[in-house]
Order: sequence, then structure tokens, then C-alpha cells
Amino acid sequence: MLRNLRMALVVTRREIRDQFRDWRIIFPIVVLTLFFPALMNFVAEQLLDFMQQYQAPIIGDRLVPFLLMAVGFFPLSVSLVIALESFVGEKERRSIEPLLSSPLTDNQLYTGKLIAVMVPPLLASFMGISVYLLGVYRQLGWVPDLTLLTQVLLLTFVQALLMVSGAVVISSQTTSTRAANLLASFIIVPMALLLIMETSLMFWADYRVLWWFILGQAILAGLLVRTGIAHFNREDLLGRDLDTLNLQWSWRVFVRTFRGGARSPLDWYRGVFATTLKRTRLSLLIIAILLAGAFALGVAYSQFYPLPLPEIGLDDFHAIGDIPNATEVPGLGLPSVQFFSFRGAFAIWKHNILTIFIATFLSLFTFGVLNTLIVALPFAVIGYLSGVAAGAGGPLLAVIAASIIPHGVLEIPAILLAGAATLRLGATLVTPAPEYTIGESLVRALGDWARLMVALIIPLFFIAAILEVYVTPWVLLQLFR
Amino acid sequence: MIETHDLSKDFGDFTAVDGVSLNIEAGTVLALLGPNGAGKTTTVRMLTSVLRPTRGTASVAGYDVVKYPDRVRASVGVLTEQHGLYGRMPGDDYLDFFGQLYRMDKSLRRKRIAELLERFGLGDARRRKVAEYSKGMRQKLALARALLHSPPILLLDEPTSAMDPESARLVRNSIKELRSAERAIVLCTHNLAEAEELADQIAIIRNGKIITQGNLLELKQKLLGEREYEVKLAIPIKKERINGLLTGVTVTSQGEDWFRYQTDHPEQANPIILRILLDADIPVLYLKKVDRSLEQVYLQAIQDSNEVEYAA
Repeated sequence: MLRNLRMALVVTRREIRDQFRDWRIIFPIVVLTLFFPALMNFVAEQLLDFMQQYQAPIIGDRLVPFLLMAVGFFPLSVSLVIALESFVGEKERRSIEPLLSSPLTDNQLYTGKLIAVMVPPLLASFMGISVYLLGVYRQLGWVPDLTLLTQVLLLTFVQALLMVSGAVVISSQTTSTRAANLLASFIIVPMALLLIMETSLMFWADYRVLWWFILGQAILAGLLVRTGIAHFNREDLLGRDLDTLNLQWSWRVFVRTFRGGARSPLDWYRGVFATTLKRTRLSLLIIAILLAGAFALGVAYSQFYPLPLPEIGLDDFHAIGDIPNATEVPGLGLPSVQFFSFRGAFAIWKHNILTIFIATFLSLFTFGVLNTLIVALPFAVIGYLSGVAAGAGGPLLAVIAASIIPHGVLEIPAILLAGAATLRLGATLVTPAPEYTIGESLVRALGDWARLMVALIIPLFFIAAILEVYVTPWVLLQLFR
Repeated sequence: MIETHDLSKDFGDFTAVDGVSLNIEAGTVLALLGPNGAGKTTTVRMLTSVLRPTRGTASVAGYDVVKYPDRVRASVGVLTEQHGLYGRMPGDDYLDFFGQLYRMDKSLRRKRIAELLERFGLGDARRRKVAEYSKGMRQKLALARALLHSPPILLLDEPTSAMDPESARLVRNSIKELRSAERAIVLCTHNLAEAEELADQIAIIRNGKIITQGNLLELKQKLLGEREYEVKLAIPIKKERINGLLTGVTVTSQGEDWFRYQTDHPEQANPIILRILLDADIPVLYLKKVDRSLEQVYLQAIQDSNEVEYAA
């Protein structure tokens, strides 16, 4: 480990020295470190005065911590530029081959480059924060709370790591700096959205939520680093001269995976169970644990935040008798599903399938993280309601069980399968098969996802929706009318 | 030192290297010759474990190129087609960086760097930025990088391509010295005179396949036929008369006062031919062995390969 790091640092030192020999890098770092924080000091002072005039000091008070975050972020933009050209720039300058022919391992080379592109902008950020803090202390006597300062420093670090790790992945997978710059929008746009959210948060001033932002970004950055190392390929860096998108080839691979060499529909179904489900078993296990965990978390939360049942009418079971004519969910005012109607079943099925598609889309961008949260969330809610019901005693627990179990018998396995399929798809980017390229791994995973969707998930959700509209309310009516 | 068996590399549908088998002993210089795009660089990249073979095996300095890529790379010094220098670094810093990558300790690095810079006449330019070096100086610096860790295997792609004659001579002499130090050296070059001067073994590669290999003498024999001799006559003689006198001799070409013939047994054939000419009162100015160059061998190999391909 230490030896690996030592070798990586050899690369880091050279790269950093090289960066500091380049005025195009030094100039923006100096400007962003010294000029920008000074400008922010000026802005803070002026705005505070302005807000005082209109008796709105709260905005000014919250502006100062926000600007602290902003001065930390701006120098990081340099990191993106350096990181984007870390590998592909060397390829274009033809200096990569001697480096690839050296005894450095992939890990050492990748880590060395990663640290090298992070250190100068991060130093600039921390220096910028220091300059800003000195300024606001002198001008306004403002000293940040230690927790807030720690949060901002950590946030700056994880933002740098997130952007840099994403940019290095792009840099190691493209064949020209131009292509890397174009693909950088996949980093810039989500980062811009993230910054908007963080800005709102800074003005909201519930700084505890910042910890979640830090944690989420740290997880994503870790996954991106893992992805970068897993997909780092000397051969691709040297061998490919053009980025090509071969849609025909992708379609052929997808269809081949989807068919799985089956000769008949029955053979295909057998294949889904024999191969695809087998390949998905680890994801199934993870999702099963996660769903159980979400349920347990929901139960635990019900102890801390009990529902005032009488106030929201959840102890009034007479409403069950209105199920056939229900137009809204009792107590919540939400439009109700039309029970005992095919239209109602179709609406439930469409909603579930749409959710799974959204989860699939998110899994591709978050390496299988956000999609698992989407499938786990309903279990946390069910856990919470079950906990509340168990605490309240009486027939509420039976009501909840009767409203879930009849269709849940099929819907829960469908959710489990959908969660596993999307998790596996997202995780493919982080854990590639060595024999396939990044593109082929993804297309094959997409083929497996489609097999599970067509063979099991979509039909299971459909039958579950029918049960939910026809059988579940009938059971409730029989038991509680 | 280097052993490959059926070494092949595909890039999608294109086969860049197809079934290359080589065996290069220590103390040997192998010249890998071939037209542009023949597969020389791809072969070298597989031997440095930068590219993974699609088929076949290769071991370098006793290490399998797939199983032990790091050890292979540590045992090899490579001069790549593109020098791959860092323009903003001074020459000695550049070598020091690679010395660290090859895990050389500081004192050894200093000693070797000074030694190599002096050897290649770069001592005075050691603190100058590489971007300020001339093309030849960069080539020499890249060569110094390949030799820095004294590797048992050297893979040199066009080592003298950008150099002036004096520098090229310096580098060729260095390669000769390195051969005597029991190294295996693979030399990829288009400079056939250089290959002829330096190589013990020659392999000609075309369309990814080795079309012929052996030492120069064997290749001359194999591709250009038996040894060739030239007889220069003092007076012009008609072709028919020469052909009539020398029945059973393979006359390959002839002019008014000269002719060439091939024989595998010159010690027997040459005195007989001379006696026949003298007995026929044909005065002979001289009889000499015809020098056949590697260029002729190379062109013949390529032509044969073209014909085989055309026939197929």
C-alpha cells in the first residue's frame, strides 16, 4: 500500500511541478485565490449594509457563510481543466507511451495523476477560504462556527474529488482533449445543479443537511475513482485513435444478450432463470438486505415520530366501506385509485413501471445508488406505518397487512427484481468484466436488464396491479366492513 | 531472453500481428524490418506488456507478458517511435523522473544520468528544457531514458532516425557495446544499412506475419540463391560463346566484357571456370565475389511475399 502510494507520488510530484511551470494554470489559480476572495469580502460588506437599510439582516447574515462556500468552490474549476487533459492530453502530446511502458501499475499511475490534478486547485481553494475569512474578520468581525468551517472544508474537498474523479474517467476514456471537453458537460451540469441546491441550503441555514451532501458526494466520488481505476486500460489509451459510436454493433450485442441464444420462448424463459437470475443473485441479495433495512428503519422512526392517529382519521375504519366509491385517500386528500376497475389497475401498473424506468435512468448516472433509494423508500414508509400501527394497537396493523399482502405477494418480488436489475446495471460501470470494454459491459448489462423486465418484472407488476385493484380491496371489505 | 510463440493481436476485425514466433538469445541484436504498418510497433508494444496479445504467448526476460506485466516492463528499456518527452522539464530532471519510476536509488540515478548524458554529448544541455533541444538531442535523451536502468532487454524503434551522421555513429557504437554486454536487443528500423551493420538476426514482417527470418547469410542464401561471382574480361566476348564454354554453370547476368554466375561450391567451381576461360584464350581481368546487400534481401522477401499473396 505504502509502496504503491510512494510510486504514485512520484508521478504526482512531476505533474505538479509541470503544472507550476505553466503560466496558464498559475494565473487563474492566483487570481481565484487572491482577487476573488477579496471581491467576495467587498460584496459581503456592501450587501450587509444594503440589507441593513431594509431591515433584512437575515439575508446578509446568511450571505457570509454562502460566500465562504463560493470562494472555496471557484478555484476548483481549474481542477476540471487540468483533470480533463490528464491522460488524453499526454496521449495527444505523445508522451504517454514511455509512461505506460514503465513498471508503474495501473493503480499507481491512475492514483498519481488523480492526486496531481487535485492538489493545486484544492490548495488554491483553501488559500482562497483563508483570504476570505481574514477579510470578513477584519471587516465584519465574523468568525465561522467550527462545525460550519469543517463542513465547508470537507465540502470543498469532496466537490474537488467528485469533479476531478469524473474528469479523469473522461480523460482516460477519450481520444482527444476536444472530446473530453465536450463530455465535461456531464460533470458541469450536475455540479451546477448541486451548487444551486447547496446555495439554497446555505440560505436556509440548516447546516446539518450539509453532512448528507458531503456524504453523498463522497460516496459518488469513491465510486467514480473505482470506476476510473477499473476501466483504466493502457491498450485503449494507445490503441484507439478515434472515438466511434457504433450503434449497429451496440444493437447487435444487446439483441444477442437479450435473446441469450434461445431457440423458443420457453427456452428463453428457462434461460432467464438459469443465467440472468444467476448473474443477478448478488444484486438480489443486496437489495433484499436493503429493503429489510429500510423497513426496519421505518419501524425505528415510528418510535420517535408517532402519528397523531385520531387527528388524521386513521383510526376510523368506517372509511373502508367507501372503497368501491373512493375518490380520495382518507386523511391525505390525494386522488384515490379507482378500485374494481381495469383503468385503476392500468394506472397502478403504469406508475410502477414508470418508477422503474426512472430508477434505471438514475442508476446509470449514480452507479446504482439513487435507484436503490427509490425502491427502498416505500419499504421505509411501510415499516413506519407498521410501527405506528403496532404501537397504537387495535386493528390498524391488520388493516395495513390486509392492504399489502394480497398484491404484495407478487409486487414485493417484482420490486426486489427491479431493484436488483437496476443496481446491477448501474454497478456495471464500477465493476467491469475485464474481457469487455466499458461500452460492451454496459450494453450486455442493459440486455440482462431488459430480459428481467420483459420476462418477470413487467408481468409481475401487471398481475400485482390487478390484484391490488380487485383482490386487496375485496379482502379489506370482507374483513372490516 | 525473448521468446514468442504464435503471438497475435487483433484490433476489432483487423489483425495487426498474426502468429509471430521469435526466439532471441542474450547477446543478440534482432532487426525487425518491414514496411510501415507491418506490425513492428504492435509487436514491440506486446513485448512491453502495453498491449495484451489476442492469441499466442510471449515471455520477456523470463516473464510472461500477460501474467507479469510489471516485471516485464521493469526488465525492458524502450525507445518508442514517438520520443514522448516532457518539454517543460530539464533533461536531467526528465531522466531522474524515469529513474524513480524504475525504482533506482538516488546515488545510482545520479551516476547513471551523468554517465549517459556525457556518453550522448548532452552533458552541457542537462539543465536546459527539453523543448529547447534539437530533434537529434531529443532522440538521444529518449535513448538515454531507455538505457537508464541498464535493462537486459532493449526494444529500439528507429534509434537513429532523426540524427546527424556523427550522432548516428555514436548511437550505433553504443548499441554494439550493449550487445557485447549480453543483452537482447530488438531494433525496428527502415535503415537497412544500419540493420546490416548491427543485427545478428533479421526478421522481416509484413501484414503482421513474419515472412522470413534468420541471419544475413542464411537470408541471402535463401532469398537470393547461391553465392554470386563476377568475372571481368579484358576483351569483349559474345554471350553465346561464354554460354557455350560454361555449360552447367548458372550464369545469372552478363554484359560485353563481364558475366556473373552462381555457385554454392566456389572452391571447386571457380578454378575450373578460370581454367576453361584461359584455355579458350579469353583474358581475365579479375574474378570476385558479388556483394549482396540486405536491401536486396529485403526487397526480394517483400516481392516473394507479394507474389504468394497475389497467387493466393
